[in-house]
Amino acid sequence: MKMHRRSFLRIGGVCALGLGFLPAVKVLAGSGQSRVADDPNALTGNRWAMVVDMKKCWEAGKRDCADCIAACHQTHNVPDIGNIKDEIKWIWQEPFDNTFPDLKHEYMAEGIKRRSFIVMCNHCDNAPCTRVCPTGATFKRRDGIVVMDYHRCIGCRYCMAGCPYGARSFNFRDPRPFIAEINKKYPTREKGVVEKCSFCEDRLAFGQLPACVEACEEKALIFGDLADPNSEVRKILRSGYSIRRKPDLGTEPKIYYLV
Amino acid sequence: MRMYNARGILIGLCIFVALITSPFWFNMGKATSAPVPSLDTPAIRQMQEKVCIEGKEFMRTQHMELLRDWRNSVVRDGRRIYVATDGKQYNMSLQNTCMECHSNKEEFCDVCHEYASVKPDCWTCHVDPKEAN
Repeated sequence: MKMHRRSFLRIGGVCALGLGFLPAVKVLAGSGQSRVADDPNALTGNRWAMVVDMKKCWEAGKRDCADCIAACHQTHNVPDIGNIKDEIKWIWQEPFDNTFPDLKHEYMAEGIKRRSFIVMCNHCDNAPCTRVCPTGATFKRRDGIVVMDYHRCIGCRYCMAGCPYGARSFNFRDPRPFIAEINKKYPTREKGVVEKCSFCEDRLAFGQLPACVEACEEKALIFGDLADPNSEVRKILRSGYSIRRKPDLGTEPKIYYLV
Repeated sequence: MRMYNARGILIGLCIFVALITSPFWFNMGKATSAPVPSLDTPAIRQMQEKVCIEGKEFMRTQHMELLRDWRNSVVRDGRRIYVATDGKQYNMSLQNTCMECHSNKEEFCDVCHEYASVKPDCWTCHVDPKEAN
């Protein structure tokens, strides 16, 4: 059979066009029935954020209150290993110097300087941890929450180096023996993976607020959607002055502090 | 044709064949029967109609794909409700849905996995109902 160069190119072009259509056809020809659904009560948002009202926490709060920390760590099976090197934490207290290192100065009010701040993962808009993760184990969801897929974590700890807030902990040892009471509704982690706060995405999916927010009797933790101008967090941020941790790094953290 | 050192070679060959086939001789007639996963748990006993989320055959051959899809949907897409073929909805959760009925991990999961020599690493993180007690 003899074929002219021109007709060969023509046929080739049509074939290439067909290949281009293939993905579209595959999508359209997929089974119409969706196999997944969402809970009708689920809390949905586009940019979940939190306001931490430290004045309420300090002034109205009980002495040495750690309700939020206890609730979080119980809910998520966070172990208490008991030494600082192996420590695992999702939400914890940090002195002023470490929370806002760029804001400290010599003549600051003693009251603030010596106080502890509640800190956790900032669920940054521009999260460095997700950029450095080589396996895609940590990523930002569409609703702005930075989560971990523990199945994919290989324990390289790049994310820990990338996070400027120290919000990530590494399981240097099997955490199971160090969990006082295992919450059967939630998994634990294993040796060799990194873990951090998940903004309780597992609770949001069923219409519950994050465990720390629910546990705080002083209502010092306020959770809401920044994308919604009528949300409580937006109202609070509009009404007064708030600060964020290390904003000059450009990570756009979404935990706001009222001091 | 002439074979040099025939005696030595033949005896050697016999020993070789006997040795290499020894596992077969040794295990002859001792084959373990395929395990039957136990469905005898309090939750299953109380069910009116004893059905899993999908048909038995599907679950038997494709539970690993199903679990993988569940994991991807929940972790990567944040979508947590599974719509079964019969339209019923389930929370896609190994710990909270599967193990709620199949609370006998050893007699249900492990028997087959051991028999087939597969080692899924679910339980280093997910909590087996017995372990939690």
